[in-house]
Amino acid sequence: MGQIEWAMWANEQALASGLILIMGGIVATAGQFTKWYFGVYSIGAGVFVCLLEYPRGKRRKGSTMERCGQKYMTKVLKVFGPLTRNYYIRAFLHLGLSVPAGFLLATILGTACLAIASSIYLLAAVRGEQWIPIEPKPKERPQVGATIKHPPSNPPPRPPAEARKKPSEEEAAGAVGVSGGPQENPVPVIDEVV
Amino acid sequence: MGNWVVNHWFSVLFLATWLGLNVFLFVHAFLSYEKADKYYYTREILGSALAWARASARCLNFNSMLILLPVCRNLLSFLRGTCSFCRRTLRKQLDHNLTFHKLVAYMICLHTAIHIIAHLFNFEHYSRSRQATDGSLASILSTLSHQEKGEGSWLNPIQSPNMTVEYVTFTSIAGLTGVIITIALVLMVTSAMEFIRRSYFEVFWYTHHIFIIYFIGLGIHGTGGIVRGQTEESLNESHPHRCAESFKHWDDHDSHCKHPRFEGLPAESWKWILAPGVLYIFERILRFYRSQQKVVITKVVMHPSKVLELQMNKRGFSMEVGQYIFVNCPSISYLEWHPFTLTSAPEEDFFSIHIRAAGDWTENLIRAFERQQSQIPRIEVDGPFGTVSEDVFQYEVAVLVGAGIGVTPFASILKSIWYKFQRADHNLKTQTIYFYWICRETGAFAWFNDLLASLEREMEELGKVDFLNYRLFLTGWDSNIAGHAALNFDKATDILTGLKQKTSFGRPMWDNEFSTIANAHPRSVVGVFLCGPQTLAKSLSKRCHQYSSLDPRKVQFYFNKENF
Repeated sequence: MGQIEWAMWANEQALASGLILIMGGIVATAGQFTKWYFGVYSIGAGVFVCLLEYPRGKRRKGSTMERCGQKYMTKVLKVFGPLTRNYYIRAFLHLGLSVPAGFLLATILGTACLAIASSIYLLAAVRGEQWIPIEPKPKERPQVGATIKHPPSNPPPRPPAEARKKPSEEEAAGAVGVSGGPQENPVPVIDEVV
Repeated sequence: MGNWVVNHWFSVLFLATWLGLNVFLFVHAFLSYEKADKYYYTREILGSALAWARASARCLNFNSMLILLPVCRNLLSFLRGTCSFCRRTLRKQLDHNLTFHKLVAYMICLHTAIHIIAHLFNFEHYSRSRQATDGSLASILSTLSHQEKGEGSWLNPIQSPNMTVEYVTFTSIAGLTGVIITIALVLMVTSAMEFIRRSYFEVFWYTHHIFIIYFIGLGIHGTGGIVRGQTEESLNESHPHRCAESFKHWDDHDSHCKHPRFEGLPAESWKWILAPGVLYIFERILRFYRSQQKVVITKVVMHPSKVLELQMNKRGFSMEVGQYIFVNCPSISYLEWHPFTLTSAPEEDFFSIHIRAAGDWTENLIRAFERQQSQIPRIEVDGPFGTVSEDVFQYEVAVLVGAGIGVTPFASILKSIWYKFQRADHNLKTQTIYFYWICRETGAFAWFNDLLASLEREMEELGKVDFLNYRLFLTGWDSNIAGHAALNFDKATDILTGLKQKTSFGRPMWDNEFSTIANAHPRSVVGVFLCGPQTLAKSLSKRCHQYSSLDPRKVQFYFNKENF
């Protein structure tokens, strides 16, 4: 099990816990249960956890599937630097966040799940994993303007002499308009000056 | 649209039946708890939340029963085998077992959510009516446990006003098992997410075994009898329709109505999950037994790009084309079983797999064999398990598309077709094969290259050059490779692969391919087999529907996807 990145699983678990916290919180608040204010806290904590966990980190080996629209949160998380990169901080943060929700039955499931996510993050941190943001690949824009201005300074590349002797299709296709060379035009070519 | 219906009618029927049963069970249970007199007093405290909880519980029982069945692969193989005379479409459903397993799992999650939310309201209502001092019917009912000593004829599980719902949850069987099995469910689902499953299979495999906790917990969950209804006796004596209004006078000696007495609902989950549980245990024992049979490794070949070929023999092992086996190597890991497609043909006297280094376990295995010790590692094999490829010989024209590592089952198919062709096997209905091999670079599949080259030679010798038409598409090309190929345009064999068929660059233009095939075989049934990524599956599936003629006598394309 040497190559497993525990942080990836911890991330899924934490995201699920966040959703469970939000749901439990909504039920408690809407139903006006006793100690329903813990429900309000739970909704807030759940939203925070979901936002924090939404951007998936980059895998060390192989390509990573991004979650839909995660690049906005990635930018926000990058701002915090080591606070979001380090998994020890995340583990203790999640543990801390989960405690108040444990006082209300409706959110206690969220507490348990978040605590488990926190322990998996601790394991990931101990193994030296870090959260690496997935950078968008720089788009290579075709430089349309640059080539038109300057005429080519080198002659077009020609295949070596031996290949030129065979009348291959590529040469025929590329030979229109190129003067001289081994091409013999069956029909006289008249250059029309435009 | 017409083609979609023809190809998918059974799936739709099956899913509709499953959903219909779910809806029926839910509504039936809901109405029974919402209307029954037995629960009149219970509803007085709990309201509709009781019915919601019980209805979702019924669906949970139903789906928990179903979820074990699609993963009994030996049972499914057996069904496939006995169904060899069945229609093609019916057998294909057995290949969608994992899809069904996931659907049932999602349904379980949905009903778990409903069940938990309903019970949260239930506990809250119980708590409130226990603490209520307004002398309402609800509060009288809640104090019942104090009246009857040692009888346990209570309604409200919260025994005293000071008890919190959290305390009751963790001290009652139902509450405690409920929390445990829900946590188990959440862990199973998060580790089974596609991303985790594909990248870190071991995490998924080991964590998913928590289902044992889930099932045991589910069986125990209802044994506490926390859902209370009025006893039969008490109903006859003091029916709620008569007595509910006069609840203030229940204590009076001369009242016709006495205190209602309650009993807990007996556990019913075990009735649902017992049979599939036993079936699954049997399946695991069968897998263990099959794996204990001795496997003799007859040949080990190290191919370029770290591909290991193992040729093996096992007593009583018989395979069909394109099947896969699970392999375990105790010296690397006792508990891990990894699936591999068989690359040998059934006609050969051994079975083989090609293993590529793609993770921890595979790399360790390759290293273990590379060391060339006198004692080669022991291998255990379970299988083979069937896939769609068995149908390939039934089609007059077969279009085989292998993308990347998906080319592996086709090694088996092509070899088998070759053997059948040589022996003029009557079972071989195939007249023409179109094989498309799409990969980034041929490095790791040099062994497959050699197979194609030898097939090409043999076809030439027999003079049947148009039996096998194959095209290789390299998607990982750059201008160097393309330039090099253009330069050597006139050579008889391809410079990259050495095959007569030239390599094409980029992806195939499926519209062209399909229309060419449709024109060449206007009256045939064409089977399209893909082993590759989902996007390609969608694309091919769409073309199959598009190019199939609505007239069943003209060309028909049937799409079959193999999944790992």
